[in-house]
Amino acid sequence: MAHAYAPGLTVTPRIRHRCRRVLPIAGKVLVAKGDQVAARDVVAETFMPGDVMPVNLANALSLPPADVPECLLKAEGDRIEVGDAIAQTKGMFGWFKSEYKSKVAGTIESISNVTGQMIVRGEPLPVQVQAYLTGEVAEVVPNEGVVIESDVTFIQGIFGIGDETFGPIRMACASQDDSLTAERITADMKDAIVIGGARMTGDAVRKAIEVGAAAVVAGGMDDQDLREILGYDLGVAITGSERLGVTLIITEGFGEIAMAKRTFDLFASRAGDEAAVNGATQIRAGVMRPEILVPCTKAASSGEQSGKHTPGLLDVGAPVRIIRDPYFGMIGSVAGLPSELTVLGSGSKARVLDVTVESGDVVTVPRANVEIIEE
Amino acid sequence: MSQIDPDKIEVILATDCGSTTTKAILIEKVDGEYRQTYRGEAPTTVEEPAADVTVGVVNAVTEVGELAGRRLIDDNGNILRPSNGKDGCDIYISTSSAGGGLQMMVAGVVREMTAASAKRAALGAGAIVMDVIASNDKRLPHEQIQRIRELRPDMILISGGTDGGTTTHVVQIAELVAPAKPQPRFGGAFRMPVIYAGNADAASLVEDVFDDSVELSVVPNLRPVLERENLGPARDAIHDLFLEHVMAHAPGYEKLIEWTDAPIMPTPGAVGNILQTIARRQGINAVGVDIGGATTDVFSVFTAPESEEPAFNRTVSANLGMSYSISNVCAEATLPSILRWVHFDMDERELRNRVKNKMIRPTTIPQTLEALVFEQAVAREALRLAYDQHKAFATTLKGVQQQRTVGDTFSQESSGQTIVDNMRLDLLVASGGVLSHAPRMEQTAAMLIDAFQPEGITTLAKDSIFMMPHLGVLAQVHDQAAMEVFERDCLVYLGTCVAAKGTGKLGKPCFQYKVDGGGLNEAGELNVGEMKRLPLDAGQSAHISIEPAIGFDFGAGPGKPVEQNVRGGTVGLILDARGRPLILPVSASDCRAAVTSWIEALELYPQT
Repeated sequence: MAHAYAPGLTVTPRIRHRCRRVLPIAGKVLVAKGDQVAARDVVAETFMPGDVMPVNLANALSLPPADVPECLLKAEGDRIEVGDAIAQTKGMFGWFKSEYKSKVAGTIESISNVTGQMIVRGEPLPVQVQAYLTGEVAEVVPNEGVVIESDVTFIQGIFGIGDETFGPIRMACASQDDSLTAERITADMKDAIVIGGARMTGDAVRKAIEVGAAAVVAGGMDDQDLREILGYDLGVAITGSERLGVTLIITEGFGEIAMAKRTFDLFASRAGDEAAVNGATQIRAGVMRPEILVPCTKAASSGEQSGKHTPGLLDVGAPVRIIRDPYFGMIGSVAGLPSELTVLGSGSKARVLDVTVESGDVVTVPRANVEIIEE
Repeated sequence: MSQIDPDKIEVILATDCGSTTTKAILIEKVDGEYRQTYRGEAPTTVEEPAADVTVGVVNAVTEVGELAGRRLIDDNGNILRPSNGKDGCDIYISTSSAGGGLQMMVAGVVREMTAASAKRAALGAGAIVMDVIASNDKRLPHEQIQRIRELRPDMILISGGTDGGTTTHVVQIAELVAPAKPQPRFGGAFRMPVIYAGNADAASLVEDVFDDSVELSVVPNLRPVLERENLGPARDAIHDLFLEHVMAHAPGYEKLIEWTDAPIMPTPGAVGNILQTIARRQGINAVGVDIGGATTDVFSVFTAPESEEPAFNRTVSANLGMSYSISNVCAEATLPSILRWVHFDMDERELRNRVKNKMIRPTTIPQTLEALVFEQAVAREALRLAYDQHKAFATTLKGVQQQRTVGDTFSQESSGQTIVDNMRLDLLVASGGVLSHAPRMEQTAAMLIDAFQPEGITTLAKDSIFMMPHLGVLAQVHDQAAMEVFERDCLVYLGTCVAAKGTGKLGKPCFQYKVDGGGLNEAGELNVGEMKRLPLDAGQSAHISIEPAIGFDFGAGPGKPVEQNVRGGTVGLILDARGRPLILPVSASDCRAAVTSWIEALELYPQT
């Protein structure tokens, strides 16, 4: 499950992360508080009521619905198989009987004498929830699921496609400024989380699907490429259910844009380690951003940051990313926070801030157009 | 909730708990008249870490209190009532759309008849309709059941059949809903509310179909006969269940329900309420629009020429909006349609990436003029699409038998015609960020005119601070206060649009005009394709006489003169000779030249 969005995106080498894993309906929890679980372990399961198939017996037997009950050969609650005779008309003098044989298997849930409709319920559908995060069961939510806790390297992306997946981190680019092209995707990246630098090209994504990579992460991508990969133009940013064969995450935004150096270096420091990735994005009230979680081993824990994550404050010196043109993608630090409203080039009045960008220039942007880079 | 004596009410506190912001306003009696005096806002606190809506309400109310110098919250964190000097308020009311508002699924027998009526009832009550299930919706029964299982609505409305008619079809619909065992959106602990508003004779049969897993309410049929809708009881049931079930399960609402002196209404339901009140009291036809980040709501109140009763309609275009849904607007309208309204070159690939970046970072604002012009072009198309959807939905009842005489032999009119008639539209009210916060009011007026294409003489206004939801609830407890505040503080009049209906050759005469009063004494002629703005200040009015050219209509018929008093506003009088329907030149260069001339005529972007 992806993390709820705080102002700015979290990119941190170590954080105590809690992950709530619950079933959509009540079921059975398979682990206990204090258990150590691996990402792919099933922690809770249940059975959803099976699919429903309505069959109108009155129409099938050309009878008034009220006559259906006396023609039934099976009753509500009976189990039926494909080919079983369900109902038979009385015919004329014992002749010309017509029969309805079931085309589906399941249990008869109801038969209506108002409409002549029979409802057949199929086999229960198993629903399982995996741990997703390798760690310790911190809490059991009775009949629903668990909360798992672990120290992780935590990186939030800005937008993703596809659902949960797992694999080792593989660096495909030498620098955050290198575009992720098809040539950089190799056959040995099967089942891996492939990390690029700047834009991932459409060909690179297709190659990643071909070699069977689990996920591709890069700074940006082109909307045109996304449309070609999905086969449609994405209207609203509610994703996670796509079945492309690979999960995609961009960390900065759409267009030709390099991954933030800090993010890239952090990935490089965890190269080879197993990660859990979720591309699900939901940009609505209660925002969800895609995420990459790399559990920290105990040995790696010494001297590194730990504790609960706290959102940063917009203050002079705070690292920020500009998230709208004309300076889109630039990273810098807050140089000033004038309190009075300023007239923008658009003619609107807004509260602004001054940002010293990497080139050393100071630019003025609306406060709404920056996000704090969370430590 | 306490009993209220309207004559003793001096101070009214109202909040609107939105998805992201809770807005509070204070209304006070000043010199014998109700006026909106102070406003405050704070982030809505439905979600973690606070998970209690009243925290945001208290924060917003505290801000209002500080500005007003009035103590509105007591030491226990409750709203202080009644008012006493500089303390407290007399009544407190609220609307809510937090947590995504009210989401419903509706079902009916025939999609165009009872299912359409059910949808109208749900939308009118302020709900978002997630899907409409009907016998003829072209899905197989098992596909319909699968769909019901996937949805997680807050409640379900079932209709079908006329009273005394056949019962089979509506029972069949209930038999699709019951086995699907729909799960409510909030929490698995409460039972799904299902409202049955179909054939009264089938009510007991429908009750038999459902087991204890749902909370079934039976109300009078919303389409008792094909010729008439009776949406009131179903709407009331939706409001009651919204409070009892949906709201009561949202964090903190139990306390909020106790605080309020009138039932909490879904925000769009309240907006519809006030618009109906105004249309009824002033005897006008009105359209209201609220364009948000994710959705666009359109409300209309029209009295059909042959009917006495005004018809209210509301539509929600769920994926037409300016931030979360901006990419969908571009996909539905297509980029070339949007770029028609832009008067300079833009790189299409770059633009597509910008649109997606706005979608994933919805709170950003345009910094450059170029970005503003593009966003306003997107808004025109979003509003146009939303209004098209509204016109297609707001129709006369379908399935009604019509008595025809010999005189109607060649008439093509059938049932199900739209009742939205731009020529009879008197007032167009705008709200929503892109319209309310445009740097210049001229831009707001231009977006409205280009998207809605009003015909004849139409007053344009905007909701100053999106106060209509508050006033919608207030109208239920204190009609007079709601109307006084609406007239004096809620609406900011932009002016009046005078537009010719008809088409003609570019450059040929369209109409002659003469305007007197309000400091104006102007006369002239406009050719087809031209626009002109005349300043006429807010609070002033003028008399206009129009002589249309042959083929152009201002409400009296093609070529017939019209005289009327018109209202001024922050923009003034806009004369529009572009014709209706508004057709932009096909060639890109001609289109750009035309759009540039309109921008100059209305002084939309004087800095270019």
